[in-house]
Amino acid sequence: MSHPKTPTAGGFIPRDRDWQPDALTPRYKTSVRRSPQSALLSFPSTLSEETSPIFGHAMLGALDNDLILNYAQPGESAIGPRIIVHGRVLDENGRGVPGALVEFWQANAGGRYRHKKESYLAALDPNFGGCGRTITAEDGSYEFRTIYPGPYPWPNGMNDWRPAHIHFSLFGHGFAQRLITQMYFEGDPHIPLCPILSTVKSQAAVDALTALLDMNRTVPMDSRAFKFDMVLRGRRQTYFENRKEGL
Amino acid sequence: MQKLDYLRESPSQTAGPYVHIGCTPNFTGIDIYGGDLGTSMKTGPVQGEEITVKGTVFDGTGTPLRDAMIEIWQPDAAGLFPSANETRGTADPNFTGWGRSPGDMVTGEFTFETVKPGAVPFPDGRMQAPHITAWVVARGINIGLHTRIYFEDEDAANAADPVLARVEHQNRLPTLLARKEADGVYRFDIHLQGPNETIFFDV
Ligand SMILES: [Fe+3]
Repeated sequence: MSHPKTPTAGGFIPRDRDWQPDALTPRYKTSVRRSPQSALLSFPSTLSEETSPIFGHAMLGALDNDLILNYAQPGESAIGPRIIVHGRVLDENGRGVPGALVEFWQANAGGRYRHKKESYLAALDPNFGGCGRTITAEDGSYEFRTIYPGPYPWPNGMNDWRPAHIHFSLFGHGFAQRLITQMYFEGDPHIPLCPILSTVKSQAAVDALTALLDMNRTVPMDSRAFKFDMVLRGRRQTYFENRKEGL
Repeated sequence: MQKLDYLRESPSQTAGPYVHIGCTPNFTGIDIYGGDLGTSMKTGPVQGEEITVKGTVFDGTGTPLRDAMIEIWQPDAAGLFPSANETRGTADPNFTGWGRSPGDMVTGEFTFETVKPGAVPFPDGRMQAPHITAWVVARGINIGLHTRIYFEDEDAANAADPVLARVEHQNRLPTLLARKEADGVYRFDIHLQGPNETIFFDV
């Protein structure tokens, strides 16, 4: 298979800080005391940022990308609307990022996390752990199966509810690409109300985190599908990127 | 007018209070994957000086964070990265270069058992002082914070380091230095805010 590949050498395009959320976003109260106040130190990326650890497909278990089954007792499955989440991990130049480790975690169908500090009264699902992982294919594509997570209340304002969401952690080919984000679902009425999602600065940024219902990828009588592409930072393209790898 | 058809990086969102479910599930009691990634940086006997790096992340009130996740990334003792992108040679096969710590459940202290990194060149060829790249995420942090762990016992190399030279307020440099607590044991506390705010990097 041949796909245009993301270059693996060269400096990273500087992060667009006007597009990314600010550190200090008072509506999200916890940011007030956890936000650095000094200017960040800028410098061109070096090998320390342009290299990244190796994660091979060999480390993955057969059910790592199936949250419906990966914590369930034999013969059982997680409760909730069954969905497939799929998409591609791309770089800013629009090329698929192969071999990217994608980790994800979420609340169960009732909005409850499996965590000892979780205080929401919604019930735990004994067959749902809430985490999974996969590694992108040659074209940067990934997919996993899970249940539609429930919205949940959280202590911030008196009555703040998170929209239904899935958390994502991503590794690219350089540590500078390291990213954690969240995926939201098309049509969720909590999207415009959320103090965390509101840390992004534009409707375009909200849209970039909102997955669309993808009827072409549903499994009839089984699972609906949502498509969610993610973009990691790109490298500056130079003449030298045209060299074959290893030269 | 034509359009530049670049994509925009996905907007970052906080890792939230339950990042450990996704990234270190075994630590939270979800037994899966056969263990948490990044727990051990050594897969056998390693070359170079073995060291421990520990520290705590503090918020602007001086309170330790107990819901952070800290990752480090570094070259081996010879300055080579165990990375698919490393073209200068082959790194120590028993060293992963990457560690991930959820911090202690009660104190928040993180600990990495690693090796003292070798020096790596800056893009212009000058040598950088030995350092470890660190990355912090937590509830309340909207975009992961990059910093570097340098070593207080590398005076000459630190003085010649091209990145440290770019720091405008040199009185803040000590926030990037790991302090030697004992032979082979270094402390690197991270202050998100306040008079000792760590220098964070836009890389
Ligand atoms: Fe969440």
